Amino acid sequence: MKSPDRPAGHGGPVRRLAGMLHRRPYLRLSLLLSAPLLWLVVAYLGALAALFVAAFWSTNVFTGDVVKEFTWQNFQDLVTLDVYRTVMLRSVLVAVLVTVIDGLIAFPMAFYMAKMASPRTRRWLVIAILTPLWASYLVKAYAWRVMLANDGLIDWALGPFGAHGPGYGLPATVMTLSYLWLPYMILPIYAGLERLPDNLMDAAGDLGARTFRTFRTVVWPVAFPAVVAGSIFTFSLSLGDYIAVKIVGGKSQMIGNVVYDNIGVANNLPFAAAVATLPVAVMVVYLVAVRRTGALENL
Amino acid sequence: MITSRWARIAFRLAMVLGLGVIYIPLFVVLANSFNVDRSFSWPPSDLTLHWWSISWDNAGVRSALWTSLKAALGATVISLVLGTMVAFAVQRYKFFGRDTISLLVILPIALPGIVTGIALNNAFRTVLAPFGIELGLFTVIVGHATFCVVTVYNNVLARLRRMGLNVEEASADLGADTFQTFRYVTFPLLRSALLAGGLLSFALSFDEIIVTTFTAGAGVETLPIWVFNNLFRPNQAPVVNVVAAVLIVLSVVPIWLAQRISGDDARVI
Repeated sequence: MKSPDRPAGHGGPVRRLAGMLHRRPYLRLSLLLSAPLLWLVVAYLGALAALFVAAFWSTNVFTGDVVKEFTWQNFQDLVTLDVYRTVMLRSVLVAVLVTVIDGLIAFPMAFYMAKMASPRTRRWLVIAILTPLWASYLVKAYAWRVMLANDGLIDWALGPFGAHGPGYGLPATVMTLSYLWLPYMILPIYAGLERLPDNLMDAAGDLGARTFRTFRTVVWPVAFPAVVAGSIFTFSLSLGDYIAVKIVGGKSQMIGNVVYDNIGVANNLPFAAAVATLPVAVMVVYLVAVRRTGALENL
Repeated sequence: MITSRWARIAFRLAMVLGLGVIYIPLFVVLANSFNVDRSFSWPPSDLTLHWWSISWDNAGVRSALWTSLKAALGATVISLVLGTMVAFAVQRYKFFGRDTISLLVILPIALPGIVTGIALNNAFRTVLAPFGIELGLFTVIVGHATFCVVTVYNNVLARLRRMGLNVEEASADLGADTFQTFRYVTFPLLRSALLAGGLLSFALSFDEIIVTTFTAGAGVETLPIWVFNNLFRPNQAPVVNVVAAVLIVLSVVPIWLAQRISGDDARVI
């Protein structure tokens, strides 16, 4: 095993350890997995599990201390109290609207990038779409606060038509969230359409299919899982948001705000935990529903 | 069919409009940082560099920037180590639950930030508090590292897949032991993927606000938190404008570097 030109430091124990690792793949594997799993499973999943358990606790009305006894009360409140039902519905509605708007804007763009632009232009377009993805979330939301302000850019642009911008509120929230998550919709659709061979569309045309029919029978079946993959991002990210709402939403509240207020002002961790399970539950249902479309392979 | 002239024009128009929608808000923020006026009225009545010099000397901004850099650096180092380890395990070995692991790595970034945030907040307060560890920079780093692992993991995994086993086997045949092979063969080949993943993880951590809100203690203020805290104060607006403009300009750097370093297989998400 010893080779003559080995530097002195590599003999002895290090070399023996290396040999032992080499002969025992399972030892290598367990060493590789130990730290990450300790972190992700024990710390992260553990924290999530603890949060889920806490959702079934309650707080003492007078002292504010957490009472560690099982109760359905938090979930009952969520389902029966009108306030929370409204917030829940509003959040889902906003998430759906954002997803639809993003889909409508993203599809033509992705189609142009994948099927019409020259390879050179395509590279640049991909970079142009990717770059703002890394611009700060907060700054992008702030940009809309600036534009939607009184006498801001949008009022100025609409002024000649005698119209006003929507100001801060729910429509502004939908606009801002659509803006924030648009690249997350464009990129999966682009990737999906890129895999569609051009000659399939040509073949459809040669066989006499008009534009719409080609789209419906050739393009859409390939693009659909990609659209769904994009919708997972836009839907999930909108559903959990509470910062954009605070910045441009005026007084509107979404699920995230209820969670935030219960952690901070109300100091009611069990209720916050119960509310927080809602977006997770909605997402799990959504993921299970879309799994059959093959969207998850498009992520 | 779709190559008809009108369809081409329509799609090109959609692309141009779409890019316009994406970039106009960013340019508005940039322009607004030179606005003489404290309000957001458009167009700016006059331009000035005054706010930039004021922001440069702003103590709050400076200390927040410093905190952000420390947090991002810590999170990046941890996610580099953990992400590489998981990528090796998943790519080089077959074991029970391997598919679950990639899901597990993505989970922290797939779940709404507020869920991760309050879960960690709750865990830190119950587990770490008895040891005398309060919420602070350390907990921010732990929180950020949790969702940054995925960027390194994706980049290293893609590189390992492309690299194959041949070079490492050749190195072993030539008498190198496990550590030498890693140091002289595997690591140099991975370096650019690590750099790309590390950069993206740094950028991700630097921008993060939701998990930070719940894992930072009272005295810890990262740059995004500073911006958010000052967003609603009209007299701070000019400084917020400048910080926002700087953040927009800076955001080009990681993506540009990652593209250069890693070529085509940089995984951005």
